[in-house]
Amino acid sequence: MWRYVGRRLVHAIPTLLGASIIVFAMVHLAPGDPISAILPVDASKEQIDDIKKAYGFDKPLPVQYLKWLGRVVQGDLGKSIATRRAVILDVRDSLANSLVLAVSSSVLAFGAGIALGLLAAFRQGRALDKIASAMAVIGVSVPHYWAGIILIIIFSVQLNWLPAMGAASDGGLVAYLRHMILPTIALALIPLGVIARVTRSAALDILNQEFVLALRAKGLAHRRVFGHVVKNAAPQIITVLGLQFGFQLGGSVLVEAVFSWPGTGYLLNLAIFQRDMPVLQGVILVLATFFVLLNLLVDVLQTYIDPRIARH
Amino acid sequence: MSPASLLQTRGLRKHYPLRGGVLRRAQAWVRAVDDVSFDVKPGETLGIVGESGCGKSTLARLILRLVEPDAGGVWFDGEDVLRVLPGRMKRLRRDMQLVFQDPYASLNPRLTIEDAVAFSLLVHGAGRADARDRARALLGRVGLDPHLYGRRYPHELSGGQRQRVNIARALVLDPKLLVLDEPVSALDKSVQAQVLNLLLELKADRELTYVFISHDLNVIEYVSDRVLVMYLGQVVESGTADALAESPKHPYTQALFAAAPSMDPDRRMERPPIAGDPPNPIDPPSGCRFRTRCAFAMPQCADAVPPPVAVGAGHDVACYLYGAATAVTA
Amino acid sequence: MSVIALPQELSTVAGAPRSYWRTVAWRLARERATLTAGTLLLLIALSAVLAPWIAPHDPSAGAIRLRLAPVGTPSHLLGTDEQGRDMLSRLLWGGRMTLVAGLTPVVVAFLMGTLLGVIAGYTGGLANTLVMRTMDVFYAFPAVLLAIAISGALGPGLPNTLISLSIVFVPRVVRVAESATVQVKGLEYVAAAKASGASVWQILRYHLLANVLGPVLVFASTQVSLSIILAAGLSFLGLGVTPPAAEWGLMLNTLRQSIYVNAVVPALPGLAIFVTSMAFNLVSDGLRDAMEIRA
Repeated sequence: MWRYVGRRLVHAIPTLLGASIIVFAMVHLAPGDPISAILPVDASKEQIDDIKKAYGFDKPLPVQYLKWLGRVVQGDLGKSIATRRAVILDVRDSLANSLVLAVSSSVLAFGAGIALGLLAAFRQGRALDKIASAMAVIGVSVPHYWAGIILIIIFSVQLNWLPAMGAASDGGLVAYLRHMILPTIALALIPLGVIARVTRSAALDILNQEFVLALRAKGLAHRRVFGHVVKNAAPQIITVLGLQFGFQLGGSVLVEAVFSWPGTGYLLNLAIFQRDMPVLQGVILVLATFFVLLNLLVDVLQTYIDPRIARH
Repeated sequence: MSPASLLQTRGLRKHYPLRGGVLRRAQAWVRAVDDVSFDVKPGETLGIVGESGCGKSTLARLILRLVEPDAGGVWFDGEDVLRVLPGRMKRLRRDMQLVFQDPYASLNPRLTIEDAVAFSLLVHGAGRADARDRARALLGRVGLDPHLYGRRYPHELSGGQRQRVNIARALVLDPKLLVLDEPVSALDKSVQAQVLNLLLELKADRELTYVFISHDLNVIEYVSDRVLVMYLGQVVESGTADALAESPKHPYTQALFAAAPSMDPDRRMERPPIAGDPPNPIDPPSGCRFRTRCAFAMPQCADAVPPPVAVGAGHDVACYLYGAATAVTA
Repeated sequence: MSVIALPQELSTVAGAPRSYWRTVAWRLARERATLTAGTLLLLIALSAVLAPWIAPHDPSAGAIRLRLAPVGTPSHLLGTDEQGRDMLSRLLWGGRMTLVAGLTPVVVAFLMGTLLGVIAGYTGGLANTLVMRTMDVFYAFPAVLLAIAISGALGPGLPNTLISLSIVFVPRVVRVAESATVQVKGLEYVAAAKASGASVWQILRYHLLANVLGPVLVFASTQVSLSIILAAGLSFLGLGVTPPAAEWGLMLNTLRQSIYVNAVVPALPGLAIFVTSMAFNLVSDGLRDAMEIRA
C-alpha cells in the first residue's frame, strides 16, 4: 500500500508544478505590462525597481518562473501591494478562519447529506425518498451566495437572531460561533445536495445487487444489511466528500463575500477589487496545493478501506 | 508450406507485459501464445480446445492480425498476412472473418441489426441500399426474419438471436475462412444446438473453412474434422477428431475427455481427472507446462518443452511419454 | 392452467421496433417532473430571447425617486432596483446574459472536450498521457477558484468570463469522454469492425462516437446548473459582466445593501438563478434516466 502512496505522491508533483505555472502565468495573462498588474499606477521609481529585481522581469520567462518558484517554496509569497505586508502572513491568518468555516460546513453537509441519501435509498420510491431527493436537488441548485443573502434577510434583518457580518474576532468564542452559523449553513447547501445524491445512488447500486437480496432472504437483520451497504458504498461517498471539502475551501469566496467573513475568500475578494496580484496569486496557490494534497489523502484513505484499488 | 492449406501458422508467439511499480516497467510476462503452428485445409473444420487462459482467444486474434504477434508467421491462401500492405490487408480481411464469444459486447448497442450487418459492406464500398438489401438477405438466411428483426436493436434480442446476427455479420463479406471464438459458450444448451447446426449448414452451403475454438469438448467433437489441444499457450496434441476421441495420447487430452459430461449413465467418475488448480499463464512452469498437474511427470519434463512427435497418421503429441522416434514433417 | 415455458427464441416481444432516440423521447415525455422542468426552461429561454419585445421598460432607465419600489407597484410589477430601474425588465434582459454566460462554456466544453477526450482515449500512449496529465493540472483547482484565478487575471467582461468558465469545464468533459472512449474501444464490436477492415475514421464515426456521446451529453447537462451559478457568481464578485448591463449575479450584488430597506426585491435575481438552475438539474436527471440502455 505504501508503494501506492509513493506512486500517487510522485504523480502529484507534476500536478502541483503545473498548478504553480498557471498561477505564475496569471500575472502575465493580464492585459498590459506585468508590472502594472503588480504595482499601482502611481508607484515610485524605487518601488518599480524593487519589483523588477524581486521578479526579474528583465530575464526570460522560464528563469522568472524558477526564481519565483524558488521563493515560493521557501515561504516567500511576495508583498501585498495594498498593505505592503508579506502575503504569507495574511494568507496564514485568513486560512485559519476559512478552515474553521470549511470544517464546520463540511460536518453539516456530510452528516445531513449522507443521512438524507441513505434515507432516500432505503425508502426508495416511497414518499420519504421523494422528499429527500427533492431536498437534495434543491441543495444542488441553490446559488450559495443567494442562500446567504436570504439567510441574512430572514435571520438578521427580520428576526434579528443572528449577526450578519464579520467574525467578531475580538468578541470571544460565543460571539465567534454566533457569527459562524449563517455562513456555515449557506456554504453547506450545495455539498449537502451533491453528497445526498451520490450517497443515494451508491447505496441503491448496492442494495439492488442480487447478493443483497440473498442476504435479506436469509433473514439478515436490517441493521446488518445497513452496515454492509454503508461499507460498500463508502469508497464512492468518500471521493465525493473530498471533492466537496475542496469546494468549500475554494468556493467559500462567494459566501465569505456575502458575510464579510475574514477568510481566504474574503482576502481573495479584496485582492480582486484592489487588483492586488501578489495576494491573489498567493491565496490561489495555497488553496490549490491544499486541494491536491487533500485529494491525495482521500485516495490513500480509499486504498485503506478498499485494498483492491491499490492492486490495479 | 503445402499449397493445399488455406491457413498456415508457424511459431506464433505473443507475450503481454504486466507493468507495475512507480515507473510502470514490465515486471512479469503473460505468455499467452507460445510457438503455435498448424495448417488448415480448405473445407475442413479445425477445432481448438483448451481451458480458459490457454491462449485460444489470443490465437484467434493473431490469426486475423487483430493483434500483432511477437514472433512467427501467418499465411492465408499462400499470402504472408503479416507482411502485406494495408490496402491489400483490407481486401484480405474480406476473406477471413471472426465470430465472437460474447453476444452482448459484440454488437454496437446503437445500431440496428441490419445496419450492424450492413456496416461491413459499407466499409468495402457498397452503396447504402445495396448493402442493406444484402444484409437483410443474410439475416433471413441465418434464421432472423429481416422484416421482423431488421430494425431492432441488440438489447431487444436474445443471446441466441444475437449470435445469429454475429454470424450474419461475419458472412456478409463472403469470406473463405471463419474463425469462431467460443461462439456458443454463452448460450443455453438447446440454443447451442440450433446455432451449431446453423453453422454446419452454412459451412456446407458456402464451402467455408472453420477454425472453431471452444473449451467444451462435446461441442468440439461435434463440429470438428481435426482438433488441436492447447494448454497454457502451447499445442500439446493434434489429430483428427476421431483419432483423439478414440485414443487421446497426451495426459491433458485424456483428462479432458474423462472430464467431459456424458449422457451415458454407466460412465461415472470417482476422482477428478486432474489435480491442482488451473494454471497461471504468468511465468508458467519450465519445460512441459503441464508437468505440475501431470500424473506421469518425469524429471526430463522440467528441462525443455517436448517437441511434437507423430503417434499416428496426422496425429502428433508433445509429450516425453512418446519417444522422439519419428520426426514430424512440416 | 399449466404454464408452458417458451423457448428462449420466442420470448422476444414482436411489435413495432422503435428507434433509440424515439424511446428516449418517449421516456422523457412520461416523467412529470422532467416535463414540468423542461417546459419551465423553455419559458425562461423564450422570455430571454424575446426580452427586447416583452420588457415593459428600458432596463437601464431609472429614476432615483422611484428606487426600491416594492413588488406589486402598478407599472412596476416586480418593483424597482436601487437606481429606480424596473426589475421585471432587468430580470428579462438579465436572463439573456446569465443564460449565455452559463450555457456557452458548457457547449464549448462539450465540443472541445469530446474532441480532445476521444482523441486521447483512442490514440492511447504518449498522446493520452500528455493530454490527461494536463487536464489533471486544471483539476487541481476547485472550479470556483480556477474561474476566479483566470477571470482575476484576464479582468471582467463577458468574453473573459466565457473563456475562463470554458477552461473550467473542458477538463471535466475530457475526463468523461476519454474514459468512455477507452471503455468502448475495448469492446468486441470495435474489434469486429476492425476485423472487417474499417478505417479509424469509420470506426470513430459509426461505433465510437455514437456510444461515447451519450454519457458525455448526460454529463454536460449536469454541469449547466453549476455553470450558471458560477457565471452569476463571477458577476457577483465584479469579475463577470460589468455594469450597467443587467445580469442576475450582478443585480444580486448591487441590490445587496438594500436588503435592509426592502427584503423581497433584492432576493428576486437570486430566485431567478435558483429556479433556472433547478430546472436544468431536473431535466438533466430525466435525460440521464431516459438515455439508459435497458430492455
